[in-house]
Amino acid sequence: MAMHRVKIFSLFERFWHWAQMILILVLLMTGFGVHGFHDLMSFGTAVTLHTSAAVTLLLLWAFSVFWLFTTRSWRHFIPTWQGMWGVMRYYAYGIFKGERHPYRKAYWRKHNPLQALAYLMLKIVLFPAIWITGLLYLFYFAWHNLPGAPLWLNGIAQVHTAAAFMILAFVLIHVYLLTTGHSFREHVMPMVTGFDEVDLSPEEEAYLRKDQPGDIR
Amino acid sequence: MQQIAMIFSLPLLTMTLPAILAINLIVGFGVFDAQARDTWPTPPINPDRSAQISGPLQGGTADHGKFPELKGPFATGSDVTKACLGCHTETGQHFMKNIHWTWSYVNPDTGQQLGKRYLINNFCTNSRGNEGMCAQCHAGYGWKDEQFDFTDETKIDCLVCHETTGNYYKTPNSAGNAACSVMFEGKPPLDLAAAARSVDLPQRANCGTCHFYGGGGDNVKHGDLSSALKEPPRTLDVHMGVDGLNFACTACHVTDQHVWAGSRYQVISKDKQGTGQPGLRPDVATCESCHGLAPHPVNSLTNFKLNDHVQSVACQTCHIPKIARGGVATIVDWDWRTAGKTRDGEGYHEEGYIQGNGVHRYTYKSIKGDFTYDENMVPEYAWFDGQMLYTTIDTEFDPNAEFIEINGFSGSRDDPDSRIWPFKRMHTWQPYDKGRGTLVYASLWGEDETAFWGNYDMGAAIAKGMADFGLDYSGEFGFIETLSWWPITHMVAPKENALDCRDCHQPKNSRLASVEGIYLPGRDHNDLLNILGTLLVGGTLAGIIIHALIRIFSPKGAHH
Repeated sequence: MAMHRVKIFSLFERFWHWAQMILILVLLMTGFGVHGFHDLMSFGTAVTLHTSAAVTLLLLWAFSVFWLFTTRSWRHFIPTWQGMWGVMRYYAYGIFKGERHPYRKAYWRKHNPLQALAYLMLKIVLFPAIWITGLLYLFYFAWHNLPGAPLWLNGIAQVHTAAAFMILAFVLIHVYLLTTGHSFREHVMPMVTGFDEVDLSPEEEAYLRKDQPGDIR
Repeated sequence: MQQIAMIFSLPLLTMTLPAILAINLIVGFGVFDAQARDTWPTPPINPDRSAQISGPLQGGTADHGKFPELKGPFATGSDVTKACLGCHTETGQHFMKNIHWTWSYVNPDTGQQLGKRYLINNFCTNSRGNEGMCAQCHAGYGWKDEQFDFTDETKIDCLVCHETTGNYYKTPNSAGNAACSVMFEGKPPLDLAAAARSVDLPQRANCGTCHFYGGGGDNVKHGDLSSALKEPPRTLDVHMGVDGLNFACTACHVTDQHVWAGSRYQVISKDKQGTGQPGLRPDVATCESCHGLAPHPVNSLTNFKLNDHVQSVACQTCHIPKIARGGVATIVDWDWRTAGKTRDGEGYHEEGYIQGNGVHRYTYKSIKGDFTYDENMVPEYAWFDGQMLYTTIDTEFDPNAEFIEINGFSGSRDDPDSRIWPFKRMHTWQPYDKGRGTLVYASLWGEDETAFWGNYDMGAAIAKGMADFGLDYSGEFGFIETLSWWPITHMVAPKENALDCRDCHQPKNSRLASVEGIYLPGRDHNDLLNILGTLLVGGTLAGIIIHALIRIFSPKGAHH
């Protein structure tokens, strides 16, 4: 096992990540405007941007699901308890002592267990909650004559809002954690260049050198 | 595998995503309409600004000024009518079917007797028994009591609607008390022949003769019909504006054999027909009759969403942002309790309100009591199914009620015929029969000792008003608070002055704050959820800050 600079984030992943970041920021900003939390833009602008960003993000997600399954990258998001305790202990305690982050990125597994669990929850709980309620909300005109429609809309809007609060909290933690372990810059750069320090097994290294020489430096 | 996915997805993505973003943004540019709106003039469709557009009837084939029959001289209005009927042989029979003649309307669903002839309102209360005064606005000649012959077509007043000299007027059909009749002294004599030769399709001023001055003054009743509409700028009314479309009233209130589209008694609050088949004239005076059921051009998300609103929000709600615009105020409160005060035995009046166009308005009259005016006022909003519910002279009510709705209305979110509609709310303290819990007819206008306008004895006026129509009266009257509701539909502002989304979609001071049965984004939220959400986000931030501080100040802070 030896540390190498390896391309772990493909161009698509980086595009996905940053496009998603912009869209989610726009959605949070405009969504809380529609909700009445701020008056930074007109209601009409907020609704239009929110809807446009949401439709764009849904398409991006559709592509990403396709990509995740065809490239088998979905494996990175499989949860595991292995090493979880170490990571949690590190953030709660070890980090204050100046300890090293216990997790080593592997080529086949680029997220630590806490990250994998957090992203998985985001993908299978929070995101579906927000886009399902959002679509129902967006298409209210198609079902507004069903009995009890306003009451249902009320419930849907509340789930949507609750999910938005949680996503905002996630974003805050996500950005903060970039400052831990290494420097902020070191954390962000892999998502820009695609390359990060990864512990490679000799077999992985041999494979990369032979079949994907551009992905290892 | 990975390569295949990349080959497929990347070019697709690089092409599709920007395209989608671009489409969304272009579509979304509708939101910037708000800034560009001021550059949207509605061009005059009628280059001759002197001619008002009168619906489907355009370009008459006869110049009435050349008709020998109309040369005159005429001794009475009825003589003019006879001349009119000489050519328009069927018009008399047609006209006598409409409520401008009958002042009577029976609700076909409930059988309830309605119409100005019978109803009580909370302005001058009742026309019944006071026809001598009130019937100045009847489209006929000489109605002063029950003896009037409603089958005599020579009594029809053609001129009030069709003459265009602008000098035509009618005085009360009976003299009234000396204190009141002075109002009509010194009026110039009418030139009936000149009026007869001037006839044309009705102009705004013709309809306005009565409809602008109902309730005893300019804009007193409706709030959205005032003398400001005689020659309005486009900014006051986008349809009637002389620098815009220059519509006459009949452009929307189209007639079929002298019966008009648009009803006060059974309003269509949600038109589901729209413009109808090509060539078919709309028979209702709704916005949709001309603008269709999807009135906003679908070229932006905003407009798509606005068309969606048409289901539950009347066009009037957004497009008539204020009532009583154009400088003429409307009465919002009338207190009959203070009526009857005299100075040295004489009635008097006080001016105390200067309206937008500089005209002084009476705030007290001995014959009527105290008035409160308002203009450029925000309407009240409520679900409305078009059905007004009248408290008539026959309705018994609980005198302990907070107020009596003279014309309440029904409607709700669950009713597919209802929409959110703007209203003028009129509040009045007015006399009622304390013993029986009913409204009363009062004799206001007359020459005898009981007429309130001259003698100032409300008890005697009510006793006479009730006895004349064989109605029971307990002999004891009091004053009760009444409300009337006036659906607002005129003075449509140009689109650039329509309400902004935020006027309703905001947590505080939403125009629709009191409207129930809907979830309104921006207005509605769950306080608990907002608190929990704020705590979650705030707590996360606090946790981050504490975590960061401990990292920075911990003794072995090797800032990893």
